[in-house]
Amino acid sequence: MEKRVTLGNPVLPYMLLAPQIIVTLVFFIWPAVQTVIYSTQVQDAFGTRTKFVWFENFSRLLSDANYYSSAQTTFFFAILVTGVGMSFSLLLAVMADRIIRGASLYKTFLIWPYAVAPAVAGSLWAFLFSPSVGVAAYALDKLGFNWNYLTNANQAFFLIVLAAIWNQISYNFLFFLAGLQSVPRSLIEAAAIDGAGPVRRFWTIIFPLLSPTTFFLMVVNIIAAFFNTFGTVAAITQGGPAKATEILVYKVFNDGFRGQDVGGSAAQSVILMTIVILLTVIQFRFIERKVHY
Amino acid sequence: MVQNRPFLTFLSHAILLLGLAIIVFPIWLAFVASTHDAATVSAPPMPLLPGSHMWENYSTVLFGGAGKGTLNVPLIQALLNSTISALGIAIGKIAISIIAAFAIVYFRFPFRMFFFWMIFITLMLPVEVRILPTYKVVADLGMLDTYGGLTIPLIASATATFLFRQFFMSVPDEMLEAARIDGAGPYRFFKDILLPLSRNTIAALFVIQFIYGWNQFLWPLIITTKEEFYTMVMVVGRLTNSVEAAPIWHLVMATAMLAMIPPVIVVMVMQRQFVRGLVEVEK
Repeated sequence: MEKRVTLGNPVLPYMLLAPQIIVTLVFFIWPAVQTVIYSTQVQDAFGTRTKFVWFENFSRLLSDANYYSSAQTTFFFAILVTGVGMSFSLLLAVMADRIIRGASLYKTFLIWPYAVAPAVAGSLWAFLFSPSVGVAAYALDKLGFNWNYLTNANQAFFLIVLAAIWNQISYNFLFFLAGLQSVPRSLIEAAAIDGAGPVRRFWTIIFPLLSPTTFFLMVVNIIAAFFNTFGTVAAITQGGPAKATEILVYKVFNDGFRGQDVGGSAAQSVILMTIVILLTVIQFRFIERKVHY
Repeated sequence: MVQNRPFLTFLSHAILLLGLAIIVFPIWLAFVASTHDAATVSAPPMPLLPGSHMWENYSTVLFGGAGKGTLNVPLIQALLNSTISALGIAIGKIAISIIAAFAIVYFRFPFRMFFFWMIFITLMLPVEVRILPTYKVVADLGMLDTYGGLTIPLIASATATFLFRQFFMSVPDEMLEAARIDGAGPYRFFKDILLPLSRNTIAALFVIQFIYGWNQFLWPLIITTKEEFYTMVMVVGRLTNSVEAAPIWHLVMATAMLAMIPPVIVVMVMQRQFVRGLVEVEK
């Protein structure tokens, strides 16, 4: 799609584009190129000399058991956050779409978590489940459950999943609700007249028609679980105990800034970048399809 | 609703209330903890209703400090910093994106699509994956511990540019033709026609980008070393899991409340624009 009528001016468009392009070049493209370059180098302990080593950083990474366990943690994390979070949000959205009275009140409260930063969300859940003072930890203790996420790897993982899901609910809810509201009423009415009950109507009509929204949210949630949850992990567990919750993006930071392993951290970044690019491409392919409907 | 089924309506309300309870409970508890003194909060089970130490706790946090060591700083400054950087990021993003989209839609010039794709690429490069080199660039430019360092590296935005482009495409060509007949140049056309028409788009983007800016955690964490440049979210994250000492929970929760109230207010007040904008941006 192009405009028929345009403004003629040889210099002005470049001036208008300049701020955006300069910021993009200096803070996005140049650092990304640098990341790729770093990933092929090793630095000595003082960071004074660098040596070009081809793909040594990558091969070191791919033979590192820690990296695999971090990748595995991240995939489980992404699957749980996406799957459980979306199911729960869809349930709430379907209910909110059904009712007439009070719908806007529910909506108002359900969008709160969107405004809460992942790091702050992490803080709230860490407090709730704090082994020494947390209300939820106290309740679990009373039920005879030995709760201490600071030493138990599975519990720590469970807690970051919970916090991440909580943070994503609003977003999923709003998109599902918008999707539900665009399902043509006439289709549902026709099914009702034919005798299909609410459950059947949902699975045979509403859910299939929601699939573009579902697919879109799936990609967004995976990206969010991979990247946005940095703050959540940093606030709750810092990757611990014993690296049990060290998701990939946290490992990039930890190895690069704390461990001073510039080459290894850059190689991890390159892998992560590849993942984002793939996800973004998938998402855009899908959006194009949606346009052709 | 297609059929009236009283039981299902009842069930819907029950499920929504349960969901609401799960969502609101952590926030409620944070608020309650922020109104009690240290002894009450650290002796489980802590009460579930607010106490009487609210003003005391909040003024301690704002003018005293909520942690130990380098984190024991008055947070009024952090609150101000978060506001400045969130506004800077939101306004900066909108400003540079709207003019970039204006150039891409309303002008024909060499390398137009090349620039468009260059902006598009930023979508694929979240700050977390290029963190080390970006840090170096900012350090080399002398922007560590500055407001510029907190905002400028985050203001390039593919989403905002796309949204404005999409919107400009939907503006009828006749608008420009009419403006040209009346003798308006690019500047007049932009200021008197496009800008007023874009008001809703700008409002929606403002909410989304304000929250994006306010909620930044990793970026302020690595580029600020001086307490004059701490931001709220970063302080909350560090207070919650500081290596030096166990969190002083009633003060940490007061800080968390302060860190979430401004973005929550923005979302609440501009709820309609926000919801429409959010769904639109991603479409």
